[in-house]
Amino acid sequence: MSFTDPDRPSRQIGRALPRSASRRLAQGRGRFASDITLPRMVHAAFVRSPHAHAELGAIALDAARAMPGIVGVFDAAAIDPWCTPWVGTLTHLAGLKSAPQYPLARGRVRFHGEPVAMVLATSRAEAEDAAEQITVDYQPLPPVVDALAALAPDAVPIHPELGDNLAFERRIEAGDIAAAMAMADEIITLDFDFARHTGVTLEPRAVVADWNEGEQRLTVHAGTQVPHMLQDIYALHFGLAAHQVRVLAPDVGGSFGIKIHIYPDEMAAIAASRALRRPVRFVADRLESFIGDIHARGHQVRAQIGVTRAGDITFFDVDDLTGIGPYSAYPRTSAVEANQVINLIGGPYAVANYRARARVVFQTKAMMSQYRAVGHPIATTVTEALVDAAARRIGVDPVTLRRRNLIADDAYPCQSASGMRFEALSHHGCLEKLHAMMGYDALRAEQAALRARGVRRGIGIASFIEITNPGAAFYGVGGAHISAQEGATIRLDAAGHVVLQAGVTEQGQGTETILAQIAAEALGLAPEQVLVRLGDTDSTPYGGGTWASRGAGVGGEAAWQAAHALRGQLLTLAASLLQADPSRLDLRNGQITDDDGTARMALADLARIAHFRPDTLPPGIVPELAATRHHVPRDYPFAFTNGVQGSLVEIDTETGFITLLRHWVVEDCGTIINPLLVDEQIRGGVVQGLGAALFEACRYDAEGQMTNATMADYLVPMAAEMPDIEIGHVCTPTAETALGAKGAGEAGTAAAAAAVLNAVNDALAPDAALLTALPLTPARVLAALGVIG
Amino acid sequence: MKPITLTINGETIRATVPPRLHLADFLRDQCGLTGTHLGCEHGVCGACTIRLDGAIVRSCLVLAVQADDTIIETIEGVTDSGEARALQAAFAARNALQCGYCTPGMVITALDFLATAPDPCDRSAIRAHLSGNYCRCTGYEAIIDAIAMVGGQ
Ligand code: FES
Ligand code: FES
Repeated sequence: MSFTDPDRPSRQIGRALPRSASRRLAQGRGRFASDITLPRMVHAAFVRSPHAHAELGAIALDAARAMPGIVGVFDAAAIDPWCTPWVGTLTHLAGLKSAPQYPLARGRVRFHGEPVAMVLATSRAEAEDAAEQITVDYQPLPPVVDALAALAPDAVPIHPELGDNLAFERRIEAGDIAAAMAMADEIITLDFDFARHTGVTLEPRAVVADWNEGEQRLTVHAGTQVPHMLQDIYALHFGLAAHQVRVLAPDVGGSFGIKIHIYPDEMAAIAASRALRRPVRFVADRLESFIGDIHARGHQVRAQIGVTRAGDITFFDVDDLTGIGPYSAYPRTSAVEANQVINLIGGPYAVANYRARARVVFQTKAMMSQYRAVGHPIATTVTEALVDAAARRIGVDPVTLRRRNLIADDAYPCQSASGMRFEALSHHGCLEKLHAMMGYDALRAEQAALRARGVRRGIGIASFIEITNPGAAFYGVGGAHISAQEGATIRLDAAGHVVLQAGVTEQGQGTETILAQIAAEALGLAPEQVLVRLGDTDSTPYGGGTWASRGAGVGGEAAWQAAHALRGQLLTLAASLLQADPSRLDLRNGQITDDDGTARMALADLARIAHFRPDTLPPGIVPELAATRHHVPRDYPFAFTNGVQGSLVEIDTETGFITLLRHWVVEDCGTIINPLLVDEQIRGGVVQGLGAALFEACRYDAEGQMTNATMADYLVPMAAEMPDIEIGHVCTPTAETALGAKGAGEAGTAAAAAAVLNAVNDALAPDAALLTALPLTPARVLAALGVIG
Repeated sequence: MKPITLTINGETIRATVPPRLHLADFLRDQCGLTGTHLGCEHGVCGACTIRLDGAIVRSCLVLAVQADDTIIETIEGVTDSGEARALQAAFAARNALQCGYCTPGMVITALDFLATAPDPCDRSAIRAHLSGNYCRCTGYEAIIDAIAMVGGQ
């Protein structure tokens, strides 16, 4: 089956269709977890630690209990009988250690914002009033803020029973570094500093938990990407069987990886529903989001590249250090980010010599774990800034150096020095397309002309690889109950339309729409004749949900296989009625047709007969009219994709302001199911990457207090500062599936910051200024220029 | 508790509210108008944007008691009246929303832009007008396109 032929009958895959949910959402008819109200529902508010590190003394709850509207007050002692602790380790991350984490802090607090006590009241305002009446006796301990200081021999261990603050360490050594160093004519060393940032989902985290004592069932409406994972974890930690737990994911107001983790406040609120036997809603406010959501990145990297005068890159050598807060996040751990950083560095290049170390350390800050494009922006920025620095050092154009060193498009399958296996990538195809789209040579000429007039323009390029369609290698092999396979169930209704239920989920990517397109193409229907239902563990087939760019590639393939199986059933049934050969029949435009397209019978009639007049079917025929199929990638642990981004910036050397003039992306996600949705995924991802490049940072003071935990102080990209983004595609389908689709959700975020950093350093090259710390604030630009100290 | 009387989407509403209740919570929790969203509750993100006596305001910064004797229009109102139909269609066609959480506030703000802008297709003017509305999903470009499409109609 080829999805490239635009004239094939029943073509739906590849069409730029708007999303079915858009009209409803644009009319304000979204139904988010934070909108859900249930009878007798109470609201949770938390007392959170004002200290980064302290011994917990007495917690006085009685004054809160006496406040109006209060139905429950909990500290650790009161909540622990309802919920067992969890530990964020997985066996395939050898040596990773962490400590048990509880819904409410026990004995010690270890980050500013850690939940200490919880109040349930008939309104959130009353719950907050009562929470203010709770007094907690804290004995402050020394904060451990800086990641490097956390490793010092005299550093206070955050979990004394773990011995030290090193959570995880991994080394890679490939090829012959000593020989590669000797071969290099130039060795360049750069020290990078990447700020912590966070997801800032516009809808904060939200859960509505409903324990039904009569039914002995727990229903949780959660703003989440991963309902089946939550079902498994809730069952485990609340002492229930999985079938006693139903998780529903309604509309989710942004997630980006933030809403795939287990959070203590959510666990406490759900446990309270069981304890109080009534529904509980917890919606984080914005302060709670900033100090309680998973933070991302936060790396210090020392990195080296070696290059010959002729322009051959001889090695990469990196040392990554990242602080993850006091616990490794559950259940995905906080080691995956750093692990991914060193897996990906140097990945686009044909360079066999590689040495890397990653260290992951505990500190008394908010927890750090997976967020969109896990590890990719760090790896891409380090790699691409090194490549540009090498190009500058030997005096060649950065595009020339990439042309010489990127893995050749005909060299696949192959693997990177870190052992990543590539099925088929298209670095050169993407680079040449980008070069043409940018009008690169003209931009260089314009840059030189403007430079003569004192205008500082810079051009940056960043090639990247992206991990998509993960199989069980990501989590399952380490013991996590996170499904790598996706299921899809499709059934014909009595009117000849279909209902498709799937384990992947929707947070605005367009999952529902692409699944409808896929099923519609297989069945010769219009996409609106496919009703897609997601996000309910009671009714959807088991699946891992939507993360790591797997919705289209894994969930889409399951839907394709299920729809194909149903197609086979329908054609067999039709053949028995029409006395035809099923292999000579087709489904087109809602009709059973001959293979030349001549209509024989409406699918609606077939459905009618099967449902209402089965007595007229030939003897022995029992129509099934439904199929379930599952898919999991098995040939490769991940389907790597690739691409390249370009950035054009202008810098005001008096104010340090960076203006993003233009941005380009060329990427290769294989078969494109819906180009409209793919392009907007990429644009949205680019802008999140631009946020990290220019604005976003969770700022902490020396005491471990987050000092910019409001939307006014934590800057995110806004409409006025963002450029238009031009997107191009190269298409290399994966041969592992019938669809050939790979992921695209993280491509934008992976390389946007790298392209901007390279553009800024390109602009400032005549000033011999070099930046290696993100975000690229005006103050940092001025400091690099020597204007301020 | 204070009694208030106001017009919401054409209906007269009488209610008794605590003085500290903000208008967004009043609309969402007491009137069931959950199309008005909350992203920051301190006037920064624009998710709670509504119309009060014809002007766009952040309903998280207005107390319900301050809305006594005013005319309020929310996303539900501009949808029912058909006023937002073209914009909503353009948002859908251009995929100018992903999670959709910012969208009601964006639509109300965009209606205000289209009603007042000297050049409703001027992309940088659209970008400037939306600079108080956060969208974390789309990267804004499709939103600008959708508004400019309607501006050009
Ligand atoms: S919720 Fe009102 S501006 Fe953000
Ligand atoms: S569409 Fe999600 S915040 Fe705008």
